[in-house]
Amino acid sequence: MDEKYNNSKIETKAADSSSGSYVPSAESIPASEIPEQELYHAKSFWTRWVFCQDAKVIGVQYALTATAVGLIGLVLSWGMRLQLGFPETFSFLGPATYYQSVTMHGMIMVVYLLTALFLGGFGNYLIPLMVGARDMVFPYLNMVSFWMFLVAVLVLISSFFVPGGPTGAGWTLYPPQAILPGTPGSEMGIVLMLVSLSLFVIGFTMGGLNYVITILQARTRGMTLMRMPLTIWGIFTATVLALLAFPALFVACIMMTLDNLLGTSFFMPEIFTMGEQLGTTGGSPILFQHLFWFFGHPEVYIVALPAFGIVSDLISVHARKNIFGYRMMVWAIVIIGALSFVVWAHHMYVSGMNPYFGFFFATTTLIIAVPTAIKVYNWVLTLWRGNIHLTIPMLFSLGFIVTFVNGGITGLFLGNVIIDIPLSDTYFVVAHFHMVMGIAPLMVIFGAIYHWFPLISGRHLNQTLGKIHFWISFVGAYAIYFPMHYLGFIGVPRRYYEMYDSPYMTTGVGLNQFITVAALIVGFTQILFLYNIIHSAFYGEKSEKNPWKANSLEWHTPEMPPVHGNFGKDLPVVYRWPYDFSVPGIDREYIPQHVAPSEVPTAKVEKT
Amino acid sequence: MKKKEESFFSLISQKPWEDSQSILDNEHDGKTLEVSKEKLGVRTVMVVSTIIFSLFVVSYSDRMLIHDWRSLSEPWLLWINTVILVLTSIVFHRTKILVENNEFEKTKNSLLVVGFLSFVFIIGQLLVWQYFVNLGQYASSNPANAFFYVLTAMHGLHILGGLYFWAKVTRQLFKDNYNIIKIKQNVELCAIYWHFLLIVWFVLFGLMVAT
Repeated sequence: MDEKYNNSKIETKAADSSSGSYVPSAESIPASEIPEQELYHAKSFWTRWVFCQDAKVIGVQYALTATAVGLIGLVLSWGMRLQLGFPETFSFLGPATYYQSVTMHGMIMVVYLLTALFLGGFGNYLIPLMVGARDMVFPYLNMVSFWMFLVAVLVLISSFFVPGGPTGAGWTLYPPQAILPGTPGSEMGIVLMLVSLSLFVIGFTMGGLNYVITILQARTRGMTLMRMPLTIWGIFTATVLALLAFPALFVACIMMTLDNLLGTSFFMPEIFTMGEQLGTTGGSPILFQHLFWFFGHPEVYIVALPAFGIVSDLISVHARKNIFGYRMMVWAIVIIGALSFVVWAHHMYVSGMNPYFGFFFATTTLIIAVPTAIKVYNWVLTLWRGNIHLTIPMLFSLGFIVTFVNGGITGLFLGNVIIDIPLSDTYFVVAHFHMVMGIAPLMVIFGAIYHWFPLISGRHLNQTLGKIHFWISFVGAYAIYFPMHYLGFIGVPRRYYEMYDSPYMTTGVGLNQFITVAALIVGFTQILFLYNIIHSAFYGEKSEKNPWKANSLEWHTPEMPPVHGNFGKDLPVVYRWPYDFSVPGIDREYIPQHVAPSEVPTAKVEKT
Repeated sequence: MKKKEESFFSLISQKPWEDSQSILDNEHDGKTLEVSKEKLGVRTVMVVSTIIFSLFVVSYSDRMLIHDWRSLSEPWLLWINTVILVLTSIVFHRTKILVENNEFEKTKNSLLVVGFLSFVFIIGQLLVWQYFVNLGQYASSNPANAFFYVLTAMHGLHILGGLYFWAKVTRQLFKDNYNIIKIKQNVELCAIYWHFLLIVWFVLFGLMVAT
């Protein structure tokens, strides 16, 4: 099929026009106008591996820290599932532990795992390599960014060991309940959570400065914005969103910390408790919700946009075909990013706001589905008649598309006020957001790790373990979340730590136990994956250079894994976009970005 | 080669597959904007800070509508602090002109005056806090007080952050072998940041005086 396809393509292209080929005379290397960046060269073990200013090492540090804290989030989810599936069986579980697990699981997964891994991990590792820079523009600031993140993580973890334990207010931390007695962790846990988040925001801003300015200003010659890999577009737009959205979280955290410690009433209304009036008056809990979701909704896209970008590159490379509609993909990323700032109140339909307000936000929410759908169509059209290699990154990419469509469609339901109101506090919502911003980005992360592991370590991950990991994770995720949709439909409320013999559980009997067992199995598979990473890093099959035959610059460094400074004496010069796969008119199957037109004079240019 | 600055929208509507565009793209030097990375960094920081302060202002405006709001009467000390901040900005502007004219000895003195005035401003703000605390106007007494403390604290922290970089520039200048181009740029960036914080203070102070 491939051959036939290629032939027909060559014919049509040949008949198309003769103007399609590059003009070799166009190949002139302009003198570099930007002086070479001065790099800080590490001298000792400490400055090379610990207090390191090399973006690649910082990326790995970010990824390891995020994974470590993510493992804690995973274990917490087991606690929740055991409590829900087999209530009153385990002595170490109970209402307080359940709510603390829910809260910490949510916050860890969304902020400290996904955001840190995509932007801190992949961002740091890939941005300089993919745009052809030697390092980030402010390496020192980049290092401080990681250490701030680490301190934020340590503060968060320390809340497990303080009196009262971590906060159990739910990951949204709504006041007033988050800081009132009765909520677990209202003593110290909530304060540590808020401090940790503030530190995270400060640290992230330092990193975000680096990502944005490196992408804008430090690209190599010939690398225009429209020749950048979509991975970079995704990370860039997500970082801009993060720089604009995290301040809302920061402001909310500061004011709530003061409400808690100094007794101010920014968010605290008049409250009577145990027959006595607390000192607070007149504060607005809804204000907190607005601030939180003004951060919270862009946060969804801070996680999703890098995933969109990375998966586009994975699909293109492993289907040996250029990405369908590159410009449209870039526009969709930018439009989604812009729209994500005007949809936040769809998280607040049941907060009692003006119905017309809800109408506005439902409309914008449905509009955002348009660019998102364009992206899905373009992924599918990229696969269409592509030379699909069912490698593990491709399997995960396919898993991502299916899962993302699934979670996206339930999002359309929840985006409508009238459907959201009955479903709002049920497991339907839990299933929706885990599909769309839990499983889908995780699929991309896994695929990306299998894809770039040879670059980072010089070795392949074990393929058999990888296939087992994919199939159990993929099927298992559906075993967990499909029944949850059903539970939501029959009205099972979320946030209850035990269902007892409630009437709505009669039709859903056994489902919670089933979900729990599936979750435990999927969870253990992730440990298999970690074993694969650790084992393969030392004993894995050695990888040749550019094992996936990709075009983007990170695979074309003089050494693999790339060393400090990334490229050799001279930075590469870019002549094309990174998607020149199966180009008609030449005998090679792919053309890396730095290959000059004179080396492939007969190549036909493909429209996108 | 002087490049024409293109808008973001025209950049993302380029058609990279066309021959004419491809020739242009091969000539591209990799920079999107004709500013230095440091300047872009300061601008980004100012954007993020603007959002932080705007969200505080929005919260302030939302909160002041509720009946328990008791406006704070600003003491004359706060006006003096405002004048000091204006003076700091003026001196900083003069410093920038001095350094552009290569008068480095005068720049040194001028930078020291800036630092001194900035510290005086911060001490002045702390005196205002002390004044309010002596009056029994704590943060928890009233939402207007709480906002006063938070806004002044955030603004003060921004000034302290600026002073960190001010100290770096001043130290550079007092060393013998400084890079003239870098010094000029750093002084200019610090001056921009100080002007920015003056504007922020005008907005915050104006809001507190007006309500």
